[in-house]
Amino acid sequence: MLPLLLLAPQLLVSVVFFFWPAWQAVHQSLYIPDPFGLKSQFVWLGNFEFLLGDQYYRSSFWTTAVFSVLVTAVSMSFALWLAVMADRLIKGSTTYRTLLIWPYAVAPAVAGVLWLFLFNTRVGLVSWYLAQVGYEWNHVLNPNEAMGLVVLASSWGRISYNFLFFLAGLQAIPKSVVEAAAIDGAHFWKRFWTIVFPLLSPITFFLLVVNVVYAFFETFGVIHTITSGGPQQATTILVYKVYADGFVGQDLGSSAAQSVILLIVVGILTVVQFRYIERRVHY
Amino acid sequence: MSGMVEKRGQGYWLTHVTLITGVLIIFFPIYLAFVASTVTQPEIVKPPMPLLPGDHFLENYREALVSGINAPVWRMLLNSTLMALGIALGKIIISLLSAFAIVYFRFPAKQFFFWLIFLTLMLPVEVRIVPTYEVVANFGMLNSYSGLILPLIASATATFLFRQFFLTVPDELAEAARVDGAKSMRFFIDILLPMSRTNIAALFVILFIYGWNQYLWPLLVTTDPQMNTIVMGIKQMFPSGDDIANWPVIMATAMLAMLPPITVVLFMQKLFIKGLIETEK
Repeated sequence: MLPLLLLAPQLLVSVVFFFWPAWQAVHQSLYIPDPFGLKSQFVWLGNFEFLLGDQYYRSSFWTTAVFSVLVTAVSMSFALWLAVMADRLIKGSTTYRTLLIWPYAVAPAVAGVLWLFLFNTRVGLVSWYLAQVGYEWNHVLNPNEAMGLVVLASSWGRISYNFLFFLAGLQAIPKSVVEAAAIDGAHFWKRFWTIVFPLLSPITFFLLVVNVVYAFFETFGVIHTITSGGPQQATTILVYKVYADGFVGQDLGSSAAQSVILLIVVGILTVVQFRYIERRVHY
Repeated sequence: MSGMVEKRGQGYWLTHVTLITGVLIIFFPIYLAFVASTVTQPEIVKPPMPLLPGDHFLENYREALVSGINAPVWRMLLNSTLMALGIALGKIIISLLSAFAIVYFRFPAKQFFFWLIFLTLMLPVEVRIVPTYEVVANFGMLNSYSGLILPLIASATATFLFRQFFLTVPDELAEAARVDGAKSMRFFIDILLPMSRTNIAALFVILFIYGWNQYLWPLLVTTDPQMNTIVMGIKQMFPSGDDIANWPVIMATAMLAMLPPITVVLFMQKLFIKGLIETEK
């Protein structure tokens, strides 16, 4: 009895707030509620068929792909660059670490407000300077600028995290390996690309997966504060669309079907992550 | 890596210059938010805004904390604190208990329960928002602390972390306690808990930040401004139409929203890094 009693709180929360809603999502995704909300009609995979044929949903997939590739690329390359620099120092890398890790603590939604302030079309400092050099910044109307801004705001807070892992990875590489190459006369960047970067690849791969997960599921706050998915749905990523269709549009069948598709995406990402971790353990 | 190899020349200074530039780029948005929180509205709406702090610090922060825009910010800070503490402590407590059960007991369907906990990893709140909202609404938990906390509290990550740690505890310690049920709880409280305290603290740091920074969930379940958390409340302070936002007060609120999690990271840096690396293993 005791072990079940110990497990009970976690199981209770999991069943009531995780499994039951997930089951409800699957269930609702097979129905279309009638306009009066009195009863629902069973439509099999009708909601899914509709979604996959819907150009807005398909473009939301594409938007999510572009967004997560950009966020991952921007935040990882900037972080790697800083980590390589910090690792070159004999002294002081911990000081830079302290200076660089704390944006991790800034919520995506707050990061969104900070960047919105910089680029605000009326009062933003950056947009004002851009206007001075003749560029009219307007992310409210221009889809590419809107995407650029949410990518910047989402990548900014993520740099700390990637920096921390890259720096730890770099510091774990035995000095002797790199020094041997230096004695052979290899130039710094040649040493980096031929020796250091391949040795970093487990961490790089791990960060790739984690950053994609972040861009998919944890950037809602950035999108909601800066663009609300606009203009013309240019920044409506999948998670934002579940929210917009379910709560703003009240289209429950479609929103539930989208939830189910996202569940499958999370499932795949989790499996990728775990397979990789298993492999690392066996090394 | 190559500090010993490289000569202290041009490259050395270039390294510092690059790093300092990187730090400044990362600091800039927060610095500007701070400046905005110390000047007046007319100074901001007539761009370019000043680049040095003004002398309205006290007024702006007082206005935010005492009256705010929809709800006083002190109230939102209180809500965020309760939510973050509830989530962090709740996750730690239920995970400690279930990891203890899984590592130290043999019982039927153990494997099944283990997988059930594992599966919650695949169900982040973002993908089950509508049905979870319905469950919480049916329980009458909208605009309540339990509604804010409970749906986010199950944590496979924390359970695995404690499980890993318990597996490293020497068997001899558990041997004596294994005789009967009463003794095993004593073992848990007197031996296992004190041994886990660094792990608990590291996890607490990570989970506190996680809870504090929640956005989507509070946005759905708190329709009453008095129950808003500070991170989600900022967006609510923007006017809906064409009116100009009250930037000094909004930026003061943003600074207050960042302060607690940043303080936690800076002052508990070692625990924070330990927690971050271990939860991602």
